[in-house]
Amino acid sequence: MRESRTLGSVADLIRSKNAGPFWMTLDIFCGTDADYEAVAAPGTIEPRNIADLYGVPPDDVRIFHLPNLRAIKVSFPRPVTQGSFTDRDIHAGQQHTPLTRLTIGQTR
Amino acid sequence: MSDARDVNVIFPTGMLGGGFPAEGIERGIELGADAIAIDAGSTDSGPYYLGTATAKTTEAAVERDLHVLLTSARAADIPLVVTSCGTAGTNAGVDWVAGIVDAIAREEHLGFRLATIYSEQTADSITAALAAGAVTPLPPAGPIDPKVLRSCEHIVGLMGFEPVADALAGGADVVLAGRATDTASVAALALMRGLPAGPAWHAAKTVECGGLCTTNPQSGGVLVHIDGSGFTVEPLDPNSACTPTTVAAHMLYENADPFRMREPSGTVDTSQAAYRAVDHRTVRVEGSRFEPATQHTIKLEGSAIAGYETIALVGIRDPQILTDIDTWIDTLDAILTDRVCALLDLDRTDYATQLNAYGHNAVLGALDPDTATPGEVGVLFKARARDQATATAIAKIANPLLLHLPLRAASHLPSFAFATSPPEIERGAVYEFVLNHTVDVASPVELFRTETVQVSHA
Repeated sequence: MRESRTLGSVADLIRSKNAGPFWMTLDIFCGTDADYEAVAAPGTIEPRNIADLYGVPPDDVRIFHLPNLRAIKVSFPRPVTQGSFTDRDIHAGQQHTPLTRLTIGQTR
Repeated sequence: MSDARDVNVIFPTGMLGGGFPAEGIERGIELGADAIAIDAGSTDSGPYYLGTATAKTTEAAVERDLHVLLTSARAADIPLVVTSCGTAGTNAGVDWVAGIVDAIAREEHLGFRLATIYSEQTADSITAALAAGAVTPLPPAGPIDPKVLRSCEHIVGLMGFEPVADALAGGADVVLAGRATDTASVAALALMRGLPAGPAWHAAKTVECGGLCTTNPQSGGVLVHIDGSGFTVEPLDPNSACTPTTVAAHMLYENADPFRMREPSGTVDTSQAAYRAVDHRTVRVEGSRFEPATQHTIKLEGSAIAGYETIALVGIRDPQILTDIDTWIDTLDAILTDRVCALLDLDRTDYATQLNAYGHNAVLGALDPDTATPGEVGVLFKARARDQATATAIAKIANPLLLHLPLRAASHLPSFAFATSPPEIERGAVYEFVLNHTVDVASPVELFRTETVQVSHA
């Protein structure tokens, strides 16, 4: 049986935040090299998966790998500008939850 | 290794008014600080502060922090630089902080040279720049209409290090700057001494949130030493530590790109930077680079009134309603739309409403992966219209629905739990960030105006 692990169960820390009023950024920190390699391997943190989770165009998603920090950064334009009428999270500090549910190694 | 150009800067906290232990400042000065720098602003709390030219922080908290910083800096005879005064860096924000500084100087019998740097822009001047093709959108923005510029309550330009460096070179002991990049103050202190741009900007970015680059962000700020080949950073609290990981990780914080960061005069590139532990609490960084831009650009921020809002909060605890809270909300929304259009003679485009179910999915909306039945929900109702009276009229039409709407036709009329009486809370004007653009400038100081005065309460 194939082992199915979520990002939230593997990463040490997953956080979200504004990067200015027009962008949002998500950081994933892993505690071990093995966990980082599992998370960073192709098939998990891919523009298409992020686009599905957050309802944004895949072409807008930027992904950065920082092996020295065992970290991956994901950034994309905010679907709604910070503080506009339909904004639900002024600091975008609670937007990481959907990402924690992403299954490792499975392109959706 | 040390030479006369080296600079040591205290950066006490991420936000003036945020608080920090006074002992940390004393310790930084004992360790040889040449200056104190602090940032007082951010867009992170939303467009209201720029729209109204008011501060997020309360005067008592700003006064407390400035009291420690000003008296320490004057006693040690080192400069104090405050950037993005008054949260949004408006002219009113600079004057507000200058008033607090003057009151402290009076109380403490201080005399010093004070420079204030103003960064507000007029819609006319930016419209002229737009017509000249000098305004460029940043992703994801598109081109702007001059009407958008005229709609702004306030427009600020983010200064780089140059106006700050000029003020210090002109003999200012205290510099109070309007909107500036988070890094402008520390970079100014290094660059005006001829130190290399890569370490100067990277050091400035590392310390811009005070203790956030340490193992204990709550313990106070940091001392950064910048020299000809790199920079060294340590916490002001002897019990806290900087590690290569905490310092490197700070480049991720609130940054879309962890390696490249645009400043008015060019781009900081940290991709080749090496982070090394000097001891258990001090980190050395070398290899940071800076690519000068061919065109100097100033980023603009603008906030416009987007309408007027009235809100109401109602609590729902009845398990039967909660099993199908989405249907309850959709039903309410549909009935409300019919009533508002009929009673107020409004078109659907004249107003907007939101019903966000806290305890269910208010924060994530349709993206919420958790679909379990909630135990209690607070529904925040928001109405936005072109004037306050209309927004409140919409909320008053919503009132009996928020109070009594049954899930389906029933003989019993339920009543839900309003949080306040009256439930309608008028929020006044609400604002939106409408600019995400840069303007090309021939000189890095041309959009900024500096005034220098001698404060004499000694």
